[in-house]
Amino acid sequence: MIGFDAVAVRYPRTHTDALSGVTFDAVPGRFTAVVGPNGSGKSTLIRALSGLVRVSRGRITIDGRDVAAMPRREVARRVAVVPQREDLAFPMDVRDYVALGRFPHLGAWHGTTAVDRNAIERAIELTGVERLVERRVDTLSGGEWQRVRLARALAQGGQGLLFDEPTAFLDIGHEMVAFELLARLASEHQAVLMVSHQLNLVARFADRIILLHEGRVRADGAPNDVMQADVLEAVYAWPLVVTRDPAVGAPALLPLRRPAARP
Amino acid sequence: MRLSHWCLLLAAFALACLLALACGTVSIAPSVVWHALTNASAVDPTSAVIVRALRLPRLLVAALVGAALGMSGAALQGALRNGLAEPYLLGVSGGAAVGAVIAVSLGAAFAVVPLAAFGGAVCAVVLTLFVAHASGMRGDPRVLIMGGVVVGAFANAAIMIVLANAPANAIRGALWWMMGSVSDATIGTAGMLAAYVAAGGLALLLLARQIDILALGDEAAAGLGLDAGGATRRLFVVAALLASATVAAAGLIGFVGLVVPHLARFSGARRHRPLLLASALIGATLVVAADLLARTLRPPGELPLGAVTALVGVPFFLGKLRSLA
Repeated sequence: MIGFDAVAVRYPRTHTDALSGVTFDAVPGRFTAVVGPNGSGKSTLIRALSGLVRVSRGRITIDGRDVAAMPRREVARRVAVVPQREDLAFPMDVRDYVALGRFPHLGAWHGTTAVDRNAIERAIELTGVERLVERRVDTLSGGEWQRVRLARALAQGGQGLLFDEPTAFLDIGHEMVAFELLARLASEHQAVLMVSHQLNLVARFADRIILLHEGRVRADGAPNDVMQADVLEAVYAWPLVVTRDPAVGAPALLPLRRPAARP
Repeated sequence: MRLSHWCLLLAAFALACLLALACGTVSIAPSVVWHALTNASAVDPTSAVIVRALRLPRLLVAALVGAALGMSGAALQGALRNGLAEPYLLGVSGGAAVGAVIAVSLGAAFAVVPLAAFGGAVCAVVLTLFVAHASGMRGDPRVLIMGGVVVGAFANAAIMIVLANAPANAIRGALWWMMGSVSDATIGTAGMLAAYVAAGGLALLLLARQIDILALGDEAAAGLGLDAGGATRRLFVVAALLASATVAAAGLIGFVGLVVPHLARFSGARRHRPLLLASALIGATLVVAADLLARTLRPPGELPLGAVTALVGVPFFLGKLRSLA
């Protein structure tokens, strides 16, 4: 579905690559997570796919086709992106906001068709935001707003879903709801690709984890393979241990306090 | 936006039009106005001339100017994601004023002034785009706004230098033009402006969905398949040209482009297609009403239209703000 093939990105007026030789793919039916410290290139990955930064070497493909050669709307019809931040300049109603997800399918003069309306209704239903649709987006709580943003991405109707830190600012309950929903979408044959800082949750939900460090893939594989203390310690530059989650047995990371300096 | 709101806006516009045709130094009964428009031979020739040749062109130009400024403001605020954006903030008014002032101070024929104003406005828009381009962030709303403000400030400096060395009557002429007026409106002006407003308005309505998407920010827009920088620049150019056409027809009429889109949002328009239409309607109503006041408050003289729009609009806007609180 979404393939990164030796992708390198360098921002203008910088001397090092923000991404270098990044290769992995996100396939339908799987929950793929990209993790890594701040500045490791996670968001650049998403920006490169959206066409906001230019891929300097390698290529990004969707269903085998090079994204650089595809019209942007076509990319958007296949893969929906939910960026980390989204501040609406002017508030709108939730239903109108979800309907914006159909933008890549609409011509300038064409109204919404039955297909569009069905996609919108289905997205609203899947994310459970039915009772919010008459509200204005600026009246929503953080958790409701994330669900509504997810509904907009689902309304786009593509098989690929990309999320940049979808659970930042959410409490534990809402965070779990979001992860459960994404895992369900993956099980329903969506290709879910998530960028996250929540290693412990990612270890429980994701089928595959890609660990980025300084723009390169440092580890790639099933949660058990990637969640290795020595690797994570080196990448995050902080002492930590990897234990087992007592409830479900998934690998769990526990950062340690630095030993107090002796007088 | 609810149907009842649309009906209310339409009724307000119709009422403003009727009053604009009926009221003035000579009051004309509404039924006579109607006949003068539909069957001029049925009314006395004086009334027919007043309605058809004097008040109708004025009404048309005022309505078109208001509609164009309203739509231009709505598009710019949405595309630049800034509720303070308006056509005049972006160098359009400054550029137009420079063009007009130079034409006036050179003693150019009166008919040349609008053309000079239009040329000045277009130059300012091109200069703003150039400033944004030179910065390397040519579609960035912040850069476009900064560019517009800087170009506007430059234009103001140029105006002062030209006026400092101009004869007194030229200064008066230039000032009067800068205060905005539709008193010289003819059917010809109205027709020309109508063509611009129709083309520009149609283009904005076609781009309305893109404005909806731009309001989400660059990254979300890219995720939905829209090139935000390109779309912002296109909208900027169309909105600026629309405002330039009004400047050529009626001089500088402030406040409309800034406040009318907010009034349209207050009345429930959220997506940009209805918002553009509502802004056109409210803008037209506001300028028609302001022109009516400008020529009836202190007859036989006239107040500057650009000032009256603000005088009429501010209390209305404050009332709406209060109702939100």
